[in-house]
Amino acid sequence: MGKRVLVIEDEPNIIEALSFILSRDGWTVHTHSDGLNANDRIRSTPPDLVILDVMLPGKSGFDILRDLRADPETRALPVLMLTARGQTRDRELAEKLGVNRFITKPFSNAEVIENVRALVTG
Amino acid sequence: MRQADLAKAAGISASYLNLIEHNRRRIGGRVLNDLARALGLDPTQLSEGAETALIQDLRGAAATRSAAEAEVDRAEEFAGRFPGWAGLVTDQAAQIARLEAKVKSLTDRMAHDPQLATSLHEVISAVTSIRSTSSILVGGEVLDRDWQERFHRNIYNDSQRLADSSRALVGYLEAPADGGALALSPVEEVDAYFDRRGHHIADLEGPEGSVEALIADAALATSAAELLLQSCLALYRDDARAMPLAEFEATAIELRHDPALLAARFGVGPAAVLRRLSSLPERPAHPAFGFASCDGAGAVTRLKTIEGFSLPRAAAACPVWPLFQSLSRPGQPIRAVVALPGEGGRRYLCHAIAGPLGPVRFDGLSPVEAVMLVQSAPASLSGTAELAVGGGCRICPRSSCPARREPSLLA
Repeated sequence: MGKRVLVIEDEPNIIEALSFILSRDGWTVHTHSDGLNANDRIRSTPPDLVILDVMLPGKSGFDILRDLRADPETRALPVLMLTARGQTRDRELAEKLGVNRFITKPFSNAEVIENVRALVTG
Repeated sequence: MRQADLAKAAGISASYLNLIEHNRRRIGGRVLNDLARALGLDPTQLSEGAETALIQDLRGAAATRSAAEAEVDRAEEFAGRFPGWAGLVTDQAAQIARLEAKVKSLTDRMAHDPQLATSLHEVISAVTSIRSTSSILVGGEVLDRDWQERFHRNIYNDSQRLADSSRALVGYLEAPADGGALALSPVEEVDAYFDRRGHHIADLEGPEGSVEALIADAALATSAAELLLQSCLALYRDDARAMPLAEFEATAIELRHDPALLAARFGVGPAAVLRRLSSLPERPAHPAFGFASCDGAGAVTRLKTIEGFSLPRAAAACPVWPLFQSLSRPGQPIRAVVALPGEGGRRYLCHAIAGPLGPVRFDGLSPVEAVMLVQSAPASLSGTAELAVGGGCRICPRSSCPARREPSLLA
């Protein structure tokens, strides 16, 4: 079984495309589309990597990331943020909160795979 | 003494007196003497009050630009020696303050407006999904039929969503800001006046209608707007006299609102008929008419919008509209169906004509004006050759338009 990646994203068609390209690259893909319970989901079944959207219903990707970094169990979990907001301010906030990588929508599939592979090697 | 009586005694309009009372107009010369006489005062008593207000405004202007190191302690001397220049300084300071407030409200709108953020998020989400899914489909890998169908369906749905959200976004960017919007130019002030009245001025329909009374009630912010409104209302009154409402409405219905037939029936020019049709009261028997006029430089001077139809004022408009086409063919009426961009884009029937504004002179300048009447294109005209118009190059997707002057944001 491949390494587990959890995609937290609320757009069903983006989830479908990401699931397809990640599965094809050998990852076991789990998905979650609600911001509110995202941290519980990560704690209950910890993945090897989280792909995290910023604008989510219930709780923003920034808040999810902040809670992840505050929890000793998930402090080191690699997080790749996908967001429609590529402004410097958002990028700086994500980096301050401890994001590992950050790519902006609309991304290319190759860009996603390249970043995911770089975050979880071996 | 009532304000109206005082204004009458001094030979000025009540609205002008109102502006003077609120320190929005400076007072001097003949008006000062007439007002003082009407009030039984010495003119110096009145001018002292006006000068005090001017000095206060000068100090206020200096306070907003302290780096300029204006000689604040000599404001009184400046106002006394150069009242005209001092008035110019305070007028400009007031205008700068209004513009700064406007810029701030627009900046806030762009930065914090949830509707704009939602629209942009929708567009980017749809584009992201389409890009990613279409890359999979053209990636060279053989997909089983189920996946193929699913991805095709997703792309179709996302493209629909993209069409809707981009249309909403463009509509939003075209629309004026809600609330707090300042009328920046006299032309906009006058348009706002007509908008509030549905472009139908019932007071001018009868023989008793007085333009002066309407101007006095309008309480416009600038005298430039008052002058402009005066000429617009005088033109309205003349049109109303040449084409009395009851007769014009009945004839318009009989002739199916055909401008050429109406012009012949009433013995007036086509431009007057186009204006008159645009000022009809709202009734089921009449189509909804939009209207625009522009000067020889293409600046929009009057605008009545209808659903889907507007012309930008701040940015240059699309030159394909018959309004602007008519400028190169003065005197020749243009009747054309136009279509806005997009699948199922709105179609309008336009009548336009350009001609001299005011009496023609053989020596000296004869300004030109173009007018255009706009209505939804009737179904009977589906299939007619149409002009491909847009809302302006920046927001128009027609990449091969020969009239394009700058690239589109949507390209």
